[in-house]
Amino acid sequence: MRLYGIDIASRLMLGTAQYPSPDVLAEAFRRSGAGIATVSVRREAGGERAGATFWDLVRDLGVTLLPNTAGCHSAREAVTTAQMARELFDTSWIKLEVIGHADTLQPDPFGLLEAARILVEEGFNVFPYTTEDVVLADRLLSAGCEVLMPWGAPIGTGLGLTNVYGLRTLRAQFPEVPMVVDAGLGLPSQAAMAMEMGFDAVLLNTAVAKAGDPAAMAEGFARAVEAGRLAYQADPMEPRDMAAPSTPVIGKAFLT
Amino acid sequence: MRATVLGAGVAGLCVATDLAARGCDVTVFDPAPRPGPHGCSWWAGGMLAPFCEGETAEEPVVRLGQEAADWWERQGVAVQRRGTIVLTFGRDRRELDRFARRTDGHVQVDADGLAALEPDLGGRFERALHVAAEAHLDPRAALIHLRDRLEKAGVAFAAEPGRVEGLTFDCRGLAARDALKDLRGVKGEMAVLRAPDIRLNRPIRLLHPRFSLYVVPRGDGLFMLGATQIESNDRRRSVRSALELLSAAYALHPAFGEAELVEIGADARPAFPDNLPRLSRRGDTIHVNGLFRHGFLLAPALARMAAEAACDGTRPEFWHEDHC
Repeated sequence: MRLYGIDIASRLMLGTAQYPSPDVLAEAFRRSGAGIATVSVRREAGGERAGATFWDLVRDLGVTLLPNTAGCHSAREAVTTAQMARELFDTSWIKLEVIGHADTLQPDPFGLLEAARILVEEGFNVFPYTTEDVVLADRLLSAGCEVLMPWGAPIGTGLGLTNVYGLRTLRAQFPEVPMVVDAGLGLPSQAAMAMEMGFDAVLLNTAVAKAGDPAAMAEGFARAVEAGRLAYQADPMEPRDMAAPSTPVIGKAFLT
Repeated sequence: MRATVLGAGVAGLCVATDLAARGCDVTVFDPAPRPGPHGCSWWAGGMLAPFCEGETAEEPVVRLGQEAADWWERQGVAVQRRGTIVLTFGRDRRELDRFARRTDGHVQVDADGLAALEPDLGGRFERALHVAAEAHLDPRAALIHLRDRLEKAGVAFAAEPGRVEGLTFDCRGLAARDALKDLRGVKGEMAVLRAPDIRLNRPIRLLHPRFSLYVVPRGDGLFMLGATQIESNDRRRSVRSALELLSAAYALHPAFGEAELVEIGADARPAFPDNLPRLSRRGDTIHVNGLFRHGFLLAPALARMAAEAACDGTRPEFWHEDHC
């Protein structure tokens, strides 16, 4: 998988928040082989780079880092956070989150587009966290985003793919654009489903971090992502109404 | 045996106590003369809640934390053994099921059962967990008590390390980052409210998908609210955390809306990557550190282990081979 010119071996991306401890976080990455770690800069970014020790631990994971603007509620806030992230992590990659609704944490499409335009202009490689809306996706691509991150369901809910039709439409509309289903996944089967639908990768955090055994759940997701991808590449059969035996019955010898 | 303890927070005072009890000649060095807001122990909740901590903490926290209430009581500290109540709001009820699955030592109580334990919460919650074997103490009173008791027992306190003889126990918490490279700060923020109209008999934990709150009754109408857990070394008190704590308290009981805001505090707690404490030795220094959010809960066990390692030559459970 190639994102903004970088080859990423694994199609599983993991967030780094809410784990019981940094050791458990590291173990989850080891067992899953996740290729990208998202990291939040906003809340931890106190004076004097107070979150630096934790960020060092995240850097030590040895995977590609994708800083995010989690928790930003306006384009301006998100832009400032992205600029800070670029300095802190020495990367032009930014997962752009602009939250529009307090309860569902769903993206603010207008703020998202505005921030995406500014950040692309400033040379960022923007990964916008968006809904499955096709029109918004088109505008984000026109603004210069080369990757889209549509949600499966609201952040942290574990509801899976709540609008399968919308996601299918989005996938079909822009077949060449790398797309990562981000947020709302709770179970590996849901990740497999996203991959079977032809999405390029999935990103999750809570489902792993809040599992009783985060490392085991991370590995479960990794296997599901691989299974889903294989199934997609294998060109699945079409469902049909009529039963069709896999071995012929006519002409078969029968003795009873 | 002569021993020097660096740092008079909860770790240092507990280590000094166990060493003195074994007959060691102990001197404690700390730049501050008395327990106070300079140390993160001052901002602790004082919950001795090993079973609840088991939701996310590793097994040794649950097992060794069960020593804590007895240890503090033996030192003459007032320990309230009334258990803990764990609650959720209606729409988050599955959080309570998850918590119940992942912890031990609790019984389910219904609305009437809860009202019997905590009359002020009666009628507000359908069900709760009661963790009977847990306890709490007033952490500031406990620190002051330990310090005074040590001084009476002949332990010397000084601001500057003078001539050091024998073993040194480095209990400086986050200040020991100069020697312990993988020590990091985990910020916790708290508030103290005065709400004379509310009566709670025991700590209440409120589970919520976005933040968690506990309320610890401190007596005289005082309640401690805690605590955030943020990966940061910083000690600033943030508006966002204050909003979270105060609105969660208000949601728990509207009478908290009328409470007096007595104090807001924040500090960074020392933690290692596994969030478990460690003992390690370099030359004549034994490092006792990494108590994370379990200062009052695990300092007694860690102090016992430090004393065992020093006096009996054992390699206790939290012993960490140091390759630096």
